[in-house]
Amino acid sequence: MAQKIIEFKHVSKSFDGKSVLKDINLYVNKGEFITLLGPSGCGKTTLLRMIAGFLEPDEGELLLDGKPLAGIPPHERPLNTVFQRYALFPHLDVYDNIAFGLKLKKVPQDEIDKRVRRVLKLVAMSDYEDRDVETLSGGQQQRIAIARAIVNQPKVLLLDEPLAALDLKMRKDMQIELKEMHRKLGITFIYVTHDQEEALTLSDTIVVLNEGKIQQIGTPTDIYNEPVNCFVADFIGESNILKGRMTGKRRVAFIKHEFDCVDDFEFDERVDVVIRPEDIYFTTDPAKCQFKAKVNTCTFKGVHYEMWVDTDTGYELMIQDYDPYPVGSEVMLYIDPDDIQVMHKERLCNTLYGKVKDEETITLLDGDFPLPNSFESGTEVKVEIPFDAIDLMDNLDDGVVDGEVHFILYKGNHYHLTIKTDDGNSLWVDTNDIWDKGDLVGIRLLPEKGIKITKKDE
Amino acid sequence: MSKRSSWSIPYVVFLVLFVVLPLVLVLMYAFQDGTGHFTLKNIGKFFTDKDALSTFAVSVEVALENTAICILLGYPAAWILSNKKYNRSAVTIILFIMPMWINALMRTLATAQLFTMLGISLGKGTLLFGMVYDYLPFMIYPIYNVLNKMDKSYAEAAVDLGATPWKAFWKVTVPLSMPGVMSGVLMVFMPTVSTFAISEFLTNNKIKLFGTIIQENINSSAWNYGAALAFIMLIIIGLTSLLSKDKEQAEGALI
Amino acid sequence: MKKILAKVYIWILLIILYAPLVFIAVCSFTESRVLGSWSGFSFKLYQNLLTGIMPGEASLIDAVDNTLFIALISAVLSTLLGTVAAIGIYNLKGKYRKAVLFANNIPMINPDIITGVSLFLLFVFLHFSQGMVTVILAHVTFGTPYVVLSVMPRLQQMNPNIYEAALDLGATPFQALRKVLIPELRPGMASGFILAFTMSLDDFAVTFFTRGTVGLDTLSTYIYTDARKGGLTPELRPLMTIIFLVILVLLLVINIRKEKQAKKLQYIKK
Repeated sequence: MAQKIIEFKHVSKSFDGKSVLKDINLYVNKGEFITLLGPSGCGKTTLLRMIAGFLEPDEGELLLDGKPLAGIPPHERPLNTVFQRYALFPHLDVYDNIAFGLKLKKVPQDEIDKRVRRVLKLVAMSDYEDRDVETLSGGQQQRIAIARAIVNQPKVLLLDEPLAALDLKMRKDMQIELKEMHRKLGITFIYVTHDQEEALTLSDTIVVLNEGKIQQIGTPTDIYNEPVNCFVADFIGESNILKGRMTGKRRVAFIKHEFDCVDDFEFDERVDVVIRPEDIYFTTDPAKCQFKAKVNTCTFKGVHYEMWVDTDTGYELMIQDYDPYPVGSEVMLYIDPDDIQVMHKERLCNTLYGKVKDEETITLLDGDFPLPNSFESGTEVKVEIPFDAIDLMDNLDDGVVDGEVHFILYKGNHYHLTIKTDDGNSLWVDTNDIWDKGDLVGIRLLPEKGIKITKKDE
Repeated sequence: MSKRSSWSIPYVVFLVLFVVLPLVLVLMYAFQDGTGHFTLKNIGKFFTDKDALSTFAVSVEVALENTAICILLGYPAAWILSNKKYNRSAVTIILFIMPMWINALMRTLATAQLFTMLGISLGKGTLLFGMVYDYLPFMIYPIYNVLNKMDKSYAEAAVDLGATPWKAFWKVTVPLSMPGVMSGVLMVFMPTVSTFAISEFLTNNKIKLFGTIIQENINSSAWNYGAALAFIMLIIIGLTSLLSKDKEQAEGALI
Repeated sequence: MKKILAKVYIWILLIILYAPLVFIAVCSFTESRVLGSWSGFSFKLYQNLLTGIMPGEASLIDAVDNTLFIALISAVLSTLLGTVAAIGIYNLKGKYRKAVLFANNIPMINPDIITGVSLFLLFVFLHFSQGMVTVILAHVTFGTPYVVLSVMPRLQQMNPNIYEAALDLGATPFQALRKVLIPELRPGMASGFILAFTMSLDDFAVTFFTRGTVGLDTLSTYIYTDARKGGLTPELRPLMTIIFLVILVLLLVINIRKEKQAKKLQYIKK
């Protein structure tokens, strides 16, 4: 049975009233290579800094070897960090950088010599002892930063996006070396990155984080093959994410066709369906064909071809195959039930709470929206807004409140956007218009699309 | 593109005329007698002139003390100002910089007057106080700049490697902030040695600094001896700025 | 606890730093001609200063006028010379560039007295009669390096292709300079101008050695002579107070603008 070395119990953290981690529960097994993966701002670095001791959780508990870490300052924790831009001390040479921690612990000089030499050999930098760290290349600085951390024989090595500053080729090489080092040292590695490929290559376990919450924990194959939600599916690898509905026992309908699947959900449940582009197969056998499509574009990607096809029902899908199909050709396609990943929908509409201003207006998200209603002014109300009942405008002045496009999901025939409003709330919007991440938009509501207004707590 | 390097020509001419030539003239006058012949008498006079030598010694002493006090008072202040935990408003920093923009003579006179009103007799003590008062912002600002721009992960890395915060401060933060301290020293030490007027106001003419004797000689038309004294000062400047490795960076820290 | 100690330390320093200035400011609101004695609240000194009617001290107004005039002219000249020079130096390479930058640093490293004495010897040597012109030349000498050092970083940050992009789109080199380069450099020029202007306002030693014997006074030399005579013209108190406030407002405005710009940049980056 694996032994837990680090454990997070209901950990939350916020900065200036803004919540960055929400109720994190997580454990790390001894000797494991675990990766915290997520987009910037997801809270992964905050988690790492908590383990290192630079931050304390607001709520919850952090355990090392079963003992609480609270109140133990970073210099007394048996953990070491490889920092994002290495943070090698520019006033010290390579040897003194590596010996820094040992000298503080008053390790005898000959022992220091021995250990420094040993780690230099491990990171293949044996002849660099006297070099000024600023004369080293990025990759060399990287190695010294790792050497400086592991020479102290930490129980856990924390790595904060250590490869982010390197170029692609170097990054690939270092990935292999890191993996090798982990094997040789046998200590626990906790690795933070936003690069999904790096995470898939290196890790024993991946923890996918978004918006301060753990989305999924699993092995690289689990996470790739069985993402639990749209975010994970979209963030890890390429995928077709589509709206679907259960139509029977292990039967799901999407792109206006019905398919057999392996997930057993309730009848008629609205779901999201993920199909990896390499899991849609071409066939010439009409008996196997589940739906037809027309090839729209075909691009060579080195090993495979990437094709976008238009289905006979008006959806766009991405397909990857080793053989190209000519643009404009009609093709027959099928999907294995095993490859259809069905997921519960995270939400069916936007639910907001606001206050009635008058019979024509409701105050929501710090803005006065024209929403006809039959409540007395001052009533607290719950407003349920379908994804397509929100209108986004180019011109900020045309909207009631402003927001920023935060996340975009293409669902075959429309976009599903996450919008962050100025007051920090999120809205989810279905639209056919093309927006880019980071675009600023004006937000308007379309009451004719069926917005439901009820008294709060009803 | 390279044609535009010729745009530097007017300024190069200007620099030669108004910076290089005047310094050459200082050298020339320093080694000439009144009739234009080469001589070492002016320099020799300084080394045999007891008053000049003791003034020089006092100046260096006051300058060293002033610089030391400015570092002792200014470093903690700069550190606190650069630390987000203690200070988040840029206004506090402006308040520290602002006196730099106010006429030094005015500030000095105000200080002297305040001392007089409080009944403190003017002398070495008030001179040092006034000097610290005048030059402290020049020490704080460059140190603050360096500390503020310093990557916080250096100190964190030290703590991560087992240093207590106090040790991390001495072993990492302080050595890395030395360029700021050096430019502070450059901006406090030399000006202290060379001030005139300020020391007179602050000590009621009791203590003279090196700058004052240069000024007195120039004003009494003893140009050659004045130039020789200025030359000696130039040598000290050369020595102090050698101490700060990167002058450009040091001066840059001010802006 | 540490936080309180840190705050206390900072505020004690600030109080000491500002005590003399506040002292002068307080004393500017009384009529007493002896500094430090209070003879009741009065705007009389401000009145005297602003109307220029001062008992026997009319030259103070001249000194203020001279100071502002010299600062303005020398800062304008420094900005022009320094901007052109920065563009030139930016395009220089290797040794030449280092040499020019080294020479550029000399007036900044040199104590004022050396700059003053050396320029004095220059004017004597050239038999150049000293007065307003020599003072302005001297102020341009120590002001221009600050402009050069303020403009250079802007050049370094600037995308080197924008000048070529302007030429590519059909601008003549002069148009490209005026419509693309100068607007890009403007913030650097502005801070260089402000530095040169305040350095000039603040200067005493250089002016002292280069003003000659024609009786030209700036505020600094006026104060110097005045203080040597033993007393301080009482009207200097309101003058100091006004300068103090003007600079405070100026610095705050500049800083707030800087912060706003930084925020805007962040917003755009997002």
